[in-house]
Amino acid sequence: MNELPILSILILLPIVGIFFMTLIRNNNDQSSNNLKHTALWISFLNFLISLYLLFSFNQQDADFQFEERYFWIEYGISYHLGVDGISILFIVLTTMLVPICILASYDSIKFSVKEYLIAFLALETFMIGVFCSLDLVLFYLFFEGGLIPMFLIIGIWGGERRVYSTFKFFLYTLAGSVFMLLAIIYIFITAGTTDVSYLLDYNFTRNEQIVLWLAFFASFMVKIPMWPFHTWLPDAHVEAPTAGSVILAGVLLKMAGYGFIRFSIGFFPEASELFAPLIFALSIVAIIVTSLIALVQEDMKKLIAYSSVAHMGFVTLGIFTFTVQGIEGSVIQMISHGIVSAALFLCVGVVYDRLHTREISRYGGLVSKMPMYAFTFMIFILASLGLPGTSGFVGEFLVLLSIFSINTYFAVFATTGVVLAATYSLWLYRRMIFGALIKDDLSEMLDLTRREIIIFVPLITLTIFIGIYPKPVIDIIEPSAKKIVSQVNGKLN
Amino acid sequence: MENILHIIPEIFIFCSALILLILGLFIKNIKLINNLAILSLLIAVALVINQPYQSIYLNSYVIDEFSSLFKIMIFIGSIVTLVMFVSSREDLHINLYEFPILILFSTLGMMVMVSANDLLAMFIGLELQSLSLYVLAALNRNSLLSSEAGIKYFILGALSSGLLLFGISYIYGFSGNANFNLIAVNYNSESLGLLIGIVFVLAGLAFKVSAVPFHMWTPDVYQGAPTPITAFFALAPKIAAMGLLVRFLFNSFGELYLDWQQIIFFISIASMMLAAFAAIAQTNIKRLMAYSSIGHIGYALIGVACVSSEGLRSLLIYLMIYLVMNISVFTVILSLKRNDAYFENISDLSGMYKNHPFTTILVALMMFSLAGIPPLAGFFGKFYIFVAALESNMVFLAVIGIIASVISAFYYLRIVKIMYFDEPKEKFDGVNIRSLQVLFYPSSFLVILFFIYPAPIIQLSEYAIKSFY
Repeated sequence: MNELPILSILILLPIVGIFFMTLIRNNNDQSSNNLKHTALWISFLNFLISLYLLFSFNQQDADFQFEERYFWIEYGISYHLGVDGISILFIVLTTMLVPICILASYDSIKFSVKEYLIAFLALETFMIGVFCSLDLVLFYLFFEGGLIPMFLIIGIWGGERRVYSTFKFFLYTLAGSVFMLLAIIYIFITAGTTDVSYLLDYNFTRNEQIVLWLAFFASFMVKIPMWPFHTWLPDAHVEAPTAGSVILAGVLLKMAGYGFIRFSIGFFPEASELFAPLIFALSIVAIIVTSLIALVQEDMKKLIAYSSVAHMGFVTLGIFTFTVQGIEGSVIQMISHGIVSAALFLCVGVVYDRLHTREISRYGGLVSKMPMYAFTFMIFILASLGLPGTSGFVGEFLVLLSIFSINTYFAVFATTGVVLAATYSLWLYRRMIFGALIKDDLSEMLDLTRREIIIFVPLITLTIFIGIYPKPVIDIIEPSAKKIVSQVNGKLN
Repeated sequence: MENILHIIPEIFIFCSALILLILGLFIKNIKLINNLAILSLLIAVALVINQPYQSIYLNSYVIDEFSSLFKIMIFIGSIVTLVMFVSSREDLHINLYEFPILILFSTLGMMVMVSANDLLAMFIGLELQSLSLYVLAALNRNSLLSSEAGIKYFILGALSSGLLLFGISYIYGFSGNANFNLIAVNYNSESLGLLIGIVFVLAGLAFKVSAVPFHMWTPDVYQGAPTPITAFFALAPKIAAMGLLVRFLFNSFGELYLDWQQIIFFISIASMMLAAFAAIAQTNIKRLMAYSSIGHIGYALIGVACVSSEGLRSLLIYLMIYLVMNISVFTVILSLKRNDAYFENISDLSGMYKNHPFTTILVALMMFSLAGIPPLAGFFGKFYIFVAALESNMVFLAVIGIIASVISAFYYLRIVKIMYFDEPKEKFDGVNIRSLQVLFYPSSFLVILFFIYPAPIIQLSEYAIKSFY
């Protein structure tokens, strides 16, 4: 406990940054550049701190590490932070994506730069807080608090139908989450505490588990999002500014996946087992249906948004197999999707900044004008469809392996999703990049700028690194995944 | 004859009101009168804090932790109103020295209300408070809306006082006692008269807290009354009436809660749901805040309906947070001023963030807080209300509560939407008024930073309900 409170520092640093940024006046180009640099360096510093966290993390230890606990509201509800092998990866993913997002918004955000950057840093605080908190009330605070900056980011800097989309996003998520709030309160009353590490050893009765599981499920299924409550996601993605989409796909959706692993299975194993077939059915429907929907999309962002729903279907499949492989696969799938879909949205942002349209049919033959872009885009398209050698493959493979050991039919259906993913991804790529360059305005297109290359290099590196050599990542996840699975099995028997 | 010094804060407020009334005849400096009124309220805060806890005058008047906390909340509401009066008195045509004096009398009435432990003391307090408020609502004589608000409030208020008095007479007639602690001693389930009495008294009190179905006056009065007085309506009388409601129900009928619980249960649900839907269609921000306050009272009543120490605790937490949020929101409404004209339509806020980025983000956060979004203070208020509801197995109330809070999030978000997403208009010069900033910034920061260390407020409310549990 006497060590440096590194998790609190991670959470608070963006807030400190916001404080400094409110002091900078924003009245000309020079000062708005200063603001951008400040935000970038603060988030980059946060990334370095999270790397330090990653390297000083003890991989053999499956328990929570870097714990901090202070008296907060009253007995039973404390400020309790800690990370294990699963949450630490999400923290690093978050801190990595935020500077990338800020860098990506350098040119595309034309007005109210200060407010935009402040909203982003506030969002970073909330996102890191979600993955660190080991107290349900604290978790809910961060989980819901993130809605406020995201509401503003979509609503102020979004596209034409931004008001509709951001209201839909906010109200859908809120409506799902309030049930989780009631469940948290119920847990607080029956168990006397909302401390996660205590609750993981607590046994709820079967009926309690069923009700509470459903309440948590209501929140997470909207957030992840699962079919049939996924409709807010394409709208939010289409209208959000590029960086907003990146964070939405890259981190916000993962909060729900993380919640499934940590809370739904951790607290309510019996109910999870009971409802697993429901989850499998919904996931498989989601994978197939949304893949088919993705096939007919005219809008690039919408296509990627639907593919996100399909990819998240694999995540939920893996989690509810209750096997070490399944959970490892899901986590890797989430990390990989966090990198790849973020990169895909950035790729869309690159051409959107140049042509200001997301309609697929307006593009074609870009390869001759933008070779570097075509190469980058190809890597992420291939990673998205799960080509071996990219990070997308590792997660999907592990998930399919685990689901195969549970039920062959489910595995067969889930695998068709991979085929469909290849279809829509490659077709998107073909329509945009290949073919003859016949449209006039495309001939003026410039290839990636230096700033964009800086954005993409780390993402490409990570995608390929995890694809070829996933062992370091698996090593981090494995002890925690094993612990979760053994806890679940212990409670079930 | 007991010592009169037991009620020194009340006497002090009464005397200072009288002295200021005489001073006002000779001194034409209204600002000075107003400042003296603020000063006497501040002194009264100190007096209330140092008051020994006891029940006096044959147990008809109680000074305990509960009443002291309520009195301090009422003083805060009154002081805020008087500070608002300074900046707006001329433009709103309410530049009258009676204003601070009426506020003081009303405050005195509310002090009696929260300490009353006797039907008569309760009625005296209520009437003193209400009569001052009738005049205050109609203070702007040149405005049709203000006169309408005053008349409407007076007629409906007189009706509710009649109902209350009718109920009191029933209770007294059937129990033979006027003291809260003695009313229910001889109660048995066949004494229907007492039950009728409870229902009528509750109807009268529901009017004062503006709970559905006795809420009709609220939107009109809120809209018609000059803004500082609207703020006063939202801040002080409702809180005082809530304190009175709790003491009346818990001291006299605490053990017979099954008889009145369902009434509170119903008005709580009705208030939450009606406010959530009715506020959506409002275009005037003061009307919207009226419906918002009806909704909030509905949530606070969940705390009463629980009939438990957690319920009362959550009620107090909720009222404290409600007070601070409303201070912030009403100072903003008062600062929507351009070239000496006040703007009250929600559409006037359009694009406000371009001109006033810092103020607007605070207002937006207040809206999120009113909607109960974490990590803002409003969330903690709702959180404790729901804790109490689930602890008393009132799952239905809690579920209705969260549904209503999701629906009401829509109209709060609509204000955020108008401020941020719509086309900007001209600047409001009222935003820079120093005396409003003094209220706005502290209250907003209190709401925003509440989550860092909420424990003191929770301990305070646990301390304040000691005399009940």
